[in-house]
Amino acid sequence: MRVRISAESVHNELVRRVEEYSGQDLMACYQCGKCAAGCPVAFAMDMLPSQVIRFAQLGLVDRLLESKTIWLCAACQTCYTRCPKGVDLSRIMEALREIVMLEGGSHINYDAISPEDVAEWPQQAFIGGFRKYAI
Amino acid sequence: MPGMRVSYFPGCTLNTTGKGFDNAVRASAASVGLELVELPEWNCCGATYPLIIDNMLELAAPSHVLLAARDQGPGSNGQGNVLTTACTTCYNVLKRTKKFVREQPDERERINAFIEGDYAGEVEVKDILHLLRDDVGFPAIAEKVRTPLSGLKVAAYYGCMVLRPPNEVAYDDPDHPTSLDDLMVALGATAVDFPHKNECCGAYLAVKAPEVTREMVYTIVKSAQAAGAEAVVTNCPLCQFNLDKQQAEMRKTYAGYRPVPVFYFSQLMGLALGLDIQDYGWERNYVDARPLLARLS
Repeated sequence: MRVRISAESVHNELVRRVEEYSGQDLMACYQCGKCAAGCPVAFAMDMLPSQVIRFAQLGLVDRLLESKTIWLCAACQTCYTRCPKGVDLSRIMEALREIVMLEGGSHINYDAISPEDVAEWPQQAFIGGFRKYAI
Repeated sequence: MPGMRVSYFPGCTLNTTGKGFDNAVRASAASVGLELVELPEWNCCGATYPLIIDNMLELAAPSHVLLAARDQGPGSNGQGNVLTTACTTCYNVLKRTKKFVREQPDERERINAFIEGDYAGEVEVKDILHLLRDDVGFPAIAEKVRTPLSGLKVAAYYGCMVLRPPNEVAYDDPDHPTSLDDLMVALGATAVDFPHKNECCGAYLAVKAPEVTREMVYTIVKSAQAAGAEAVVTNCPLCQFNLDKQQAEMRKTYAGYRPVPVFYFSQLMGLALGLDIQDYGWERNYVDARPLLARLS
């Protein structure tokens, strides 16, 4: 994929918001790939965790906002635990979800949850899920 | 340590669908000299630790719980005020909130203004397994075993919440935890080692993408079975649900799949201690644990 970058595009408004919301320094990542290697949900993602940071470093946050990956991260913190630079990728994922939901609202299909599910599932699954996928 | 009294926070799951887990925790703890004093008033902890920087509102709920533990907890036996919970998510949220409030004076002020309190990061937050390991002691528990779980080959599964992030919550090796394995051994079982004991089960992802959770659970349980486990035991109520429920689904999608029961650690503890296990919620299991129980008891 050919990408044209410039000082303006790398430090665009979306990049600034990701850094502000997440509190993480995107440029700290040197692309070792440990996050992608250890991620238990990577098999279902359309972009690897390491690619999420790389795209953000290149100013391509708009592409990330359309990815499935940010909705599949379960914040298990395996990546953060293993990152040699101490980057908390789960915070970056949360910042990206937040940006999407502030514009477009909740990202969950309540109709897919049946009354039986409501009766059977642990409360924490709903509360946790609604906190992550709804606004 | 006989007669130790600590504040107990059940949390929303153990108060509802995880009632069997809760019953087993209270009974087992009491029988090894750990008195759990439920907070007279408590609210939901929020069920996830907020990960964006402007998180004051989401820290208000757990701060309110911590404040209640400080002001209403028993705090006896020179232990100070200790707050324990058997829900690993509650533990993770409360432990991290306490640290945050203690270390961030400006945010502390905002949170306190919201909850109309003066919480400043007091109260020691300890997961119940941590208390059982370090304050009661597994050898002391082993002495009280009446029905050893002899011959049970069980895989101890920890999930995420008591291990990560390690610098904030871990009381065990985050890459190779052993506390739950050691408890099972103290109860007379054989703990089989397997490489997925600390791998995420998907947690609340199940409300959005159950098919992804199913794959994650499949990886974990197949790994446990390959190591020789005939059951899985966990300390996390959401892991228990995911591992149990998704196996029942796998029976429909994977030809010949043989599911294994998934226990809460407190269910096995109560059984081994010779307690009345009637109200431990066996009927809620998707993979029936009772045939295995009949063999053990």
